[in-house]
Amino acid sequence: MLYFSKLRILFITLFSVLFILIASSNLFKFDDNFFDKKINLGLDLQGGSYLLLEIDNEPVIEQKLQNLTTTIRNYFKDKNIKINNIKIENQNIFFNVTDNDKQSVLDVFQDENSDLNPYYPRFKSHQLEIEDTGFNLKVNFSRQGLIKLKTSSQDQAIEIVRRRVDEVGTNEPNILKRGNNRILVELPGLDDPMRIKSLLGKTANLTFRFVTNDENDRFGVEKLKFENGLEEATVSKRIIISGENLLDAQPKMDTQANQTIVSFTLDRVGAKRFGKATSTGIGKQLAIVLDGKIISAPVVRDTIASGSGQISGGFTFQTATDLALLLRSGALPAPLEIIEERTVGPDLGQDSINAGMIALAIGFMLVIIFMLVKYKIFGLITNVTLIVNLFILLGVLTLFEATLTLPGIAGIILTVGMAVDANVLIFERIKEELKDETNNILAFDGGYTKSRTAILDANITTLLAAIILFFMGSGPVKGFAVTLGVGIFTTLFSVYFIARLFTSIYVSRNKDKEKLI
Amino acid sequence: MIAFNKYYNHFNLLSSVLIIVSLLLLIFKGLNFGIDFKGGTLIELRASDSKINVSSLRDRFNQMDLGDVSVKKFGNDTDFLVKFENKDNKKNIIEEIKANLDKSFGNNYDFRRVENVGPKVSSELLKSGVIAISLSLALMLIYIWIRFEWQFSLGAILALFHDVIVTLGIFSLFSLEINLSIIAAVLTIVGYSMNDTVVIFDRVRENLRKYSDIKIFELTNISINETLSRTIITSATTLLALLAIYFFGGEILKGFSLAMILGVVFGTYSSIYIANTVLVRLRVSQKTVLREEEDKK
Repeated sequence: MLYFSKLRILFITLFSVLFILIASSNLFKFDDNFFDKKINLGLDLQGGSYLLLEIDNEPVIEQKLQNLTTTIRNYFKDKNIKINNIKIENQNIFFNVTDNDKQSVLDVFQDENSDLNPYYPRFKSHQLEIEDTGFNLKVNFSRQGLIKLKTSSQDQAIEIVRRRVDEVGTNEPNILKRGNNRILVELPGLDDPMRIKSLLGKTANLTFRFVTNDENDRFGVEKLKFENGLEEATVSKRIIISGENLLDAQPKMDTQANQTIVSFTLDRVGAKRFGKATSTGIGKQLAIVLDGKIISAPVVRDTIASGSGQISGGFTFQTATDLALLLRSGALPAPLEIIEERTVGPDLGQDSINAGMIALAIGFMLVIIFMLVKYKIFGLITNVTLIVNLFILLGVLTLFEATLTLPGIAGIILTVGMAVDANVLIFERIKEELKDETNNILAFDGGYTKSRTAILDANITTLLAAIILFFMGSGPVKGFAVTLGVGIFTTLFSVYFIARLFTSIYVSRNKDKEKLI
Repeated sequence: MIAFNKYYNHFNLLSSVLIIVSLLLLIFKGLNFGIDFKGGTLIELRASDSKINVSSLRDRFNQMDLGDVSVKKFGNDTDFLVKFENKDNKKNIIEEIKANLDKSFGNNYDFRRVENVGPKVSSELLKSGVIAISLSLALMLIYIWIRFEWQFSLGAILALFHDVIVTLGIFSLFSLEINLSIIAAVLTIVGYSMNDTVVIFDRVRENLRKYSDIKIFELTNISINETLSRTIITSATTLLALLAIYFFGGEILKGFSLAMILGVVFGTYSSIYIANTVLVRLRVSQKTVLREEEDKK
């Protein structure tokens, strides 16, 4: 156990120096690409905002089912099957058909080539499930159908979220999917997420619709409140143009009226429809509806054929800017709710770094002094190993550009405390060996060999705990699992290679010395 | 040699009492869950005006109709921690609070940290925390089962349960907050306690093979003594590191390091006085070890 070949010594030296260099790239700037890596600081250390958003898919499902009733009715009309009493209840569609038609309707839904009910061969499942309840037929989304629907609305939503966050222009945001109905947004350096929160909280569903007094409007009517929540107006459900028709939107100052407005440009289809609607609707009020609330309802005075227009509604410059941003980035497929928020100010982050570093330095000093007092020369070997170990640990974290969090720093300090364990196990074993063995080299060899199983056991148990934490823990706690887990490997390396190398050099030079340890 | 085995019965009794008291505390008093597991809002606030203190803050917050509000000092005289349930999960609650505080305190304060955990997330976090701890105990059980005879596994697992239950019992007794980092601490305690037990067990097994004429009662004592200096040194350096975190690592890591300190102390104690006494009570002998080895062959 005490023999080291020249090649191995070279390897150990190179390996250690390499990681020390990588670790030091956190302090100095290297031009080289390989060394130009840094440990990422977690949001709890650099400050920033962590937002977990959940997509509320209820309205999407509701809307899809609504559309489906029409599709079903039309589909079977072509086949001369009459659908009766069709209604939606608790995300189920119910309808009646005559007993003669029942089987053919069931067949259509269960046909793998059905164009009404898409089939996913990969999951061996249809989008919709149909069930004969006895007095009517029940149609609802299958498990796979719901998953498809959720992932597609998640895909759309994450795109819109990304656009909105990018428009605000924060530093390297991190936007990730979580499950099939959540989106994680990490915004480093942002200490007041108020604006982003309010931007993400809006669906931004924009429609232009005429105000009407005719309760029997062909498309149906609904009563909507104005933004201020006081007034109400009856608005037709017929959509003239919607947010999808917008090419661009910008906040502007209307110098004549001395107010801030949002000017917009329409695409070709939108421009055409807007032109037609404004020419036939002169004198009528056109309501501009955002997320179910009327922003304003100006009276149409002229035909607007240019494909551009403006929205006024008592905006401040900030609200106009935000509205324009929302309109440019598009509407979310479904409302988002912020279900978890964690924001750390940059000064608290810096305080945490300072406190963590002070604790690390003090913890390190205490352990080093303790080991030196307890083991003298072997304490010194342990301490040198401990320092190299710390650098290798930092080097590995740097190499993988791991994220360091406050609990992660605690993990490093704990590693320092526990790293001596392996050396202590070895040294204590050597002491025992020396009681019956006069040959120093044999005693040292025995010490290393006999302590090996205990060291392995001890480290595997800690590693198991770290692995579970890594997979089950979230955010900062994950950082603790990383440093604790990586620390185990670097500790084993430094104990079995570096400390053993020093020990072997020392022992072979003092072969005959008594009471070596 | 220290006669640890003289006190096996005394300490077994003490541990039994500790476990029963802890369980009673956990059942009847329960744990003080933080917002991570209970849901709610937390604000860490730093004041630059001496007018802002616990009572003036409490006054202001109580007027805002937020339900049960707790206001505490956090570390020093200018930092405060405010927690409330945020039952209706109001969207713009932080903005409303800021507007309200501005009226009384101007801008002589600063929100350093804001955490808002919805009810859905908190129940998920609690569930995954419980799963993580159960999973780690199960994995340790499997590991030790592979490595040692069943009597040893039982001893190690009892020691683990003892450490986890008593540490949580102390948290319950003093109403210390349980948050995500405490779960991390408990898992690390599980690892540490196991580590400590395994080192002594390794020696017990080695000695069992060596001596056929020494009774397990004596043999455990010999093994504990032989590994004692390692036990002390490792606990000491780990505790030194943890004390450094506790005193200098900042307010956020206090609960975490306290749980770990308790865990290391109990982990060391239980390796000696629980894990080993299980071996004695199950009358483990040289045969136990040798039989198992023959079976494996």
